[in-house]
Amino acid sequence: MAEPILKVENLKKYFPIKRGLLGALRGEPPRFVRAVDGVSFEVHKQEVFALVGESGCGKTTTGKLVMKLLEPTDGKIYLEGKDVTELRTQEEIKAYRRRVQMIFQDPFSSLNPRFRIYDVLEEPLLIHGIGETRAEREELIYKALEMVKIVPPEDYVGRHPHMLSGGQRQRVAIARALILNPTFIVADEPVSMLDVSIRAEILELMKELKEKMGVTYLYITHDLSTARYFADYIAVMYLGRIVEMGPAKVVIDNPIHPYTRALLAAVPEPIPERRNIIKELPIRGEVPSAVNIPPGCRFHPRCIYMEKGLCDVKHPQLVEYEHNHWVECWLAGKI
Amino acid sequence: MARTVLEVKDLKMYYFTSRGVVRAVDNVSFELKKGEVLGLAGESGCGKSSLGFTLMGMPTPPGKIVGGSVKIDGREIVGLPEDVLRREIRWQKISMIFQGAMNALNPVYTIGYQMIEPLIYHKGMEKEEALDRAMKYLELVGLSPEIVYRYPHELSGGMKQRVVIATALILEPEVVIADEPTTALDVVVQAQIINLMKKLKKELGLSMIFITHDLSILAEISDRVAIMYAGKIIEIGDSQKIYYEPAHPYTQKLLAAIPRLHEDVDKLEFIPGQPPNLIKPPSGCRFHPRCPYAMQVCREQEPELKEIDKDHYAACWLL
Repeated sequence: MAEPILKVENLKKYFPIKRGLLGALRGEPPRFVRAVDGVSFEVHKQEVFALVGESGCGKTTTGKLVMKLLEPTDGKIYLEGKDVTELRTQEEIKAYRRRVQMIFQDPFSSLNPRFRIYDVLEEPLLIHGIGETRAEREELIYKALEMVKIVPPEDYVGRHPHMLSGGQRQRVAIARALILNPTFIVADEPVSMLDVSIRAEILELMKELKEKMGVTYLYITHDLSTARYFADYIAVMYLGRIVEMGPAKVVIDNPIHPYTRALLAAVPEPIPERRNIIKELPIRGEVPSAVNIPPGCRFHPRCIYMEKGLCDVKHPQLVEYEHNHWVECWLAGKI
Repeated sequence: MARTVLEVKDLKMYYFTSRGVVRAVDNVSFELKKGEVLGLAGESGCGKSSLGFTLMGMPTPPGKIVGGSVKIDGREIVGLPEDVLRREIRWQKISMIFQGAMNALNPVYTIGYQMIEPLIYHKGMEKEEALDRAMKYLELVGLSPEIVYRYPHELSGGMKQRVVIATALILEPEVVIADEPTTALDVVVQAQIINLMKKLKKELGLSMIFITHDLSILAEISDRVAIMYAGKIIEIGDSQKIYYEPAHPYTQKLLAAIPRLHEDVDKLEFIPGQPPNLIKPPSGCRFHPRCPYAMQVCREQEPELKEIDKDHYAACWLL
């Protein structure tokens, strides 16, 4: 198998919680929010790898770590075999950022309202010193806009973001990510703020760019339906850990982890016959805080299959349940 | 046959802005029966939330009701003076769960304090009696009655949403309008809230208008569905018919744009262009500039809602 584009190994990010002066004097141990707590995965060329989970599960923090917007507490990130966590100097980080780009959730706040579309797209070129003359840069900008189907580009370059619709803005944001010809794109909830019809349009565009230009994505989302549609692989996160990972269709059609099953049971589907049936949700309680992570399997307090003396004591490891399908559960295959 | 609790006829609510008149709700008619859930869907800006506020008799300024009628339990509310609306209609006859209402709870008052306010104001109850009632309603929505003594920051998002639902029900209104009641909630909590609303519908015989842009959520609860586009209802009917035999091209496209969880979809459809400006809506059928089947007549004349099947109406010249 070919070398993965992105390889993440045992990645951890702990955010310290401020102790008061009194706490420090009393010698209370420092406490941490364990946002990402030992995550490993690989993404191969031209693949879409989805990180799925509820708010607070650590999916966005993982994305930010990959972007080097945050420094990991522990663990390694390799881009095309090169250790990214070792990059220290400004130049090295700048060169890295050129190869890894990000698309944000909210196209209304991710574009500078005072910039024209031209400026939005020229900024990355200027920062990275691409295109020596204005004409060269203009050509790149027009090409990027055509790629995301903002056509004809000359009609749009002079506009400000507020003059575009939500879908058009998100396409400009995608063009801004693509203009540097990155190896890898982190897309953090790129369609969750958009209307259904526009959502489909943006997903289609991202899919087409993957097929035509070989873009590789880390797709961060809470929406399992779009993950199934867009992603090749899905990793389900819960409280900072990947609890299940595998090919998108396998994870969705044959989920093994009780948490994945609960999530899937909760997804609304456009099937009106079920309107009078109260849905069974095989899960208890609410997500605990990432400060006080439960001992043993961190899902055990909510798990309906929990086995006393095992799940609440020993921490399970992510193991290969069947070819390419990984599950972190003591009871995998038995429930 | 269940009685009609809400009857809306030719309702018009326009926003009078400095740039012109925005026809946000334009000639909308429908009925809601006792114990029925009507789902109201459409893209952002189609007027669905504006319609919700109008039914409460409180269009957001600069909005004004320009014409039409809204009858709640047979009583006309369009044209009633504000003090009558406030005393006799709002919250008593019709109440609303606002979008993001869980963030509208006042952080410095206890949950109980906020829940008993309508009881004291509308029913003239004593504090003790009102608190008892609040506790009963908290139990009804699956919360511990002790929550009356808690502050909003002590509750999770899902619990706050339950409090908001309990508050909307506490005066036993005929009609409840739920405007995006599950947006911003995580998927498991969202499913729990939908379950709760189904339970309330069954146990209390609640009549509800459920507003959302998400047709998947809508299918989970609606008996009937109305699709809005550019201030108008363009298709309405039994939800089975809307989901399986959508008649209007707009409805068809919206449904084809939803990725399915357990089906392989090769290509999602999307609707090119964007919803029209409601200051100067397109001539004829308002959907014609985005419609793949637009004909000459669509540009010139506006189609009326017409019955194409039992309890299934659509406004399209193709039919």
